[in-house]
Amino acid sequence: MADPLSGELIVSSAPHVRGRDNIRHMMYDVAISLAPAGIAAVYFFGLRSLLILLITVASALGAEALMQRAIGRRVTIADGSALVTAILLAYNLPPTVPLWLPFIGALIAIGLGKMVYGGLGYNPFNPVLVSRTILLAAWPMLMTRWILPFDAVATATPLAVMKMGGNLQAAKELLHVESNLSLYRQMFFGNRGGCLGETSILAISIGGAYLMYKRVITWHIPITYLSTVAITALLLGRDPLFHLLAGGLILGAFYMATCPVTTPVTPRGRIYFGLGAGLLTMLIRAFGSLPEGVMYSILLMNATTPLLDRYTRPRIYGRRAR
Amino acid sequence: MRNKTFPQGIHLRYHKQATAGKPTVIAKAPAVAVVPLIQHVGAPCIPQINVGDHVFMGQKIGDAEALITAPVHSPVSGKVIALEARFHVMRRDVLSVVIENDGEDELYPDITPHPDWERLDPDTLRKIIREGGIVGMGGAAFPTHIKLAPQSDKSIDTVIINGAECEDYLTADHRLMVEHPEWVIGGALIISHILGNLKILVGIEANKPDALTAIRQAAGVGGNISVIALDTKYPQGGEKEMIKVLLDREVPSGGLPSEAGVVVNNVATAAKIFELITTGMPLISRGVTISGPGVNAPGNLIARIGTSIEELISECGGYKGKIAKVIIGGPMTGISLFTTLVTLTKSIGGVVLMRHEDISHEDPVVCIRCARCVDACPVYLMPIALYHYSRSLNYDQAVEAYGLFDCIECGCCSYVCPGRLPLVESIKHAKAEVNNKRQKQRGR
Repeated sequence: MADPLSGELIVSSAPHVRGRDNIRHMMYDVAISLAPAGIAAVYFFGLRSLLILLITVASALGAEALMQRAIGRRVTIADGSALVTAILLAYNLPPTVPLWLPFIGALIAIGLGKMVYGGLGYNPFNPVLVSRTILLAAWPMLMTRWILPFDAVATATPLAVMKMGGNLQAAKELLHVESNLSLYRQMFFGNRGGCLGETSILAISIGGAYLMYKRVITWHIPITYLSTVAITALLLGRDPLFHLLAGGLILGAFYMATCPVTTPVTPRGRIYFGLGAGLLTMLIRAFGSLPEGVMYSILLMNATTPLLDRYTRPRIYGRRAR
Repeated sequence: MRNKTFPQGIHLRYHKQATAGKPTVIAKAPAVAVVPLIQHVGAPCIPQINVGDHVFMGQKIGDAEALITAPVHSPVSGKVIALEARFHVMRRDVLSVVIENDGEDELYPDITPHPDWERLDPDTLRKIIREGGIVGMGGAAFPTHIKLAPQSDKSIDTVIINGAECEDYLTADHRLMVEHPEWVIGGALIISHILGNLKILVGIEANKPDALTAIRQAAGVGGNISVIALDTKYPQGGEKEMIKVLLDREVPSGGLPSEAGVVVNNVATAAKIFELITTGMPLISRGVTISGPGVNAPGNLIARIGTSIEELISECGGYKGKIAKVIIGGPMTGISLFTTLVTLTKSIGGVVLMRHEDISHEDPVVCIRCARCVDACPVYLMPIALYHYSRSLNYDQAVEAYGLFDCIECGCCSYVCPGRLPLVESIKHAKAEVNNKRQKQRGR
């Protein structure tokens, strides 16, 4: 009997089926989850936010395509990773930056943050934060020119007020509110000075919840990061709620500290990562010379990722704990 | 109350609805049966017949002296027309007995039922099971009589009957539990009797409520049988996971279930033991699901060992569309073949046919360190680390620090990987490389 199928069948090792999610789906899920924060940015800081976002997106995608072509690799800008980098970079810039700055920032993020290491999956540090660090060092004035939402009046951030020896009272005066509750409320909705995408805790949390629901991120890092900040603030005699809502903590905890490439793969490693980032953030906020510590704490913890992975290997089934 | 389950693992798409409700049909006996002399883990059988001999249905046609082996029997009555190497599902040629079926189903006269099995001693029962050619029918094909004779220094306290059937498409065990629950329970009682009247746990996934009801009814109340509903999750049918979920015990790394005080048998194996003991009929047929989007009329069959897979597919309405993959077993762990001209062996519980549009054609991209493989691994390995060590040929590190040989090859890591990396594939490759190296060293 002749074999009716011979020569047409694929032979490969199991498994013969794959899950639905691929990198592209995950990246676009992250991009979608960032929409509420983008809407909040436009609402609070005007259409200029959208312009900054468009510049980072166009420059990042263009830069990645050009660099990949230059080194003779397949152009993979459709995988969504450069898009996510671009959106997060825009969200990490003050609304007042001159329009050439997001362009430079995107070049740095893609070039120095990612491509020099070999592209997606190989960068040890978060590309967005690498770029932001360099921008902050190169143009410190441009990177700290804050405005109040709606009327575009120059302002300080609540954290900066605190750094200059202020207390909650000073923060309340800054935001023109009477009670602690209205201060928290205003910070929660995002009506304050800050980077484009970091001010609305509500919008970012919606995105973060979506990512957890879609299992793109796990609870480990955000939850341990945020609770460590709250507990450390308490221990240092500071207002934990204020510190949770202030600065870029929530954006950092849900998006930068969960960047899969630069954070541990083991569950325990992720927990230590969150602990370390939380501790460093509060130490910088309380004792450092900078008002905000999210960026440096995440970058420092990125450096510990290979070690954390190595020393937090899970206990293998049927073996004793190491 | 929430059902029990094991930590980690994954949820599949299951696709069982095509056959879960379909009663088992007895497949036509093959006109020519091709019976491989290796259908088990252990020593190959030596033929006990010659070309030209007449054989009865149920007659032993191959056996070996070795401790770990299992005899094979003729699935039909007829004439031995050839004794030659034939392509086997293990993807190599295996000496096989080719028998022309005379259509009489003439039973081997020496076959004796043992309805009084409760009065037989364990050794006699083990011997009957050995002579009946019983092997693990859940896929492992390990000789059952060896499993039922655990070494004396290990105290066994529990018999587990595995009714998880957690792979996509497969429903033969499900139908067996619904249609013949008394065989499963009967087999479980025989196993327990052999091991010294131990408590019996039957684990069944909750996506088979009718099987749970039937088995519970057959088990009756009181007695020492507990039927436990498990949350549907893959790979719950893996021995190590089954032991973890039912007893919260772990099999020591590199060890056997008996070292955790357990003997695990599949429901199909239990039912076959019951059939053998009560009717005398050795293992010459089994339940098999023929399913997948590439089959016209997916179904559950009872088929004779030695029937060609091609005939079983015809029995289920033949091919639908252009077939891209023929999978022996389930899609997560099964073997894909380039032909359907192989015969059914004792450990094949299903054949799944996939068309081009049903399989993933995505190329591997890159690891983004998302950790999904780490979070999915049911034995808590770091598949991505094993992948990197395997690719960099750093096998020592893979074996010692990352538990290469603890991998159960369930495929969860590759399934969830969004970068589409061949994770479990690289692990299997590394294991083979290490084994080769060790063998060479021993040879020197």
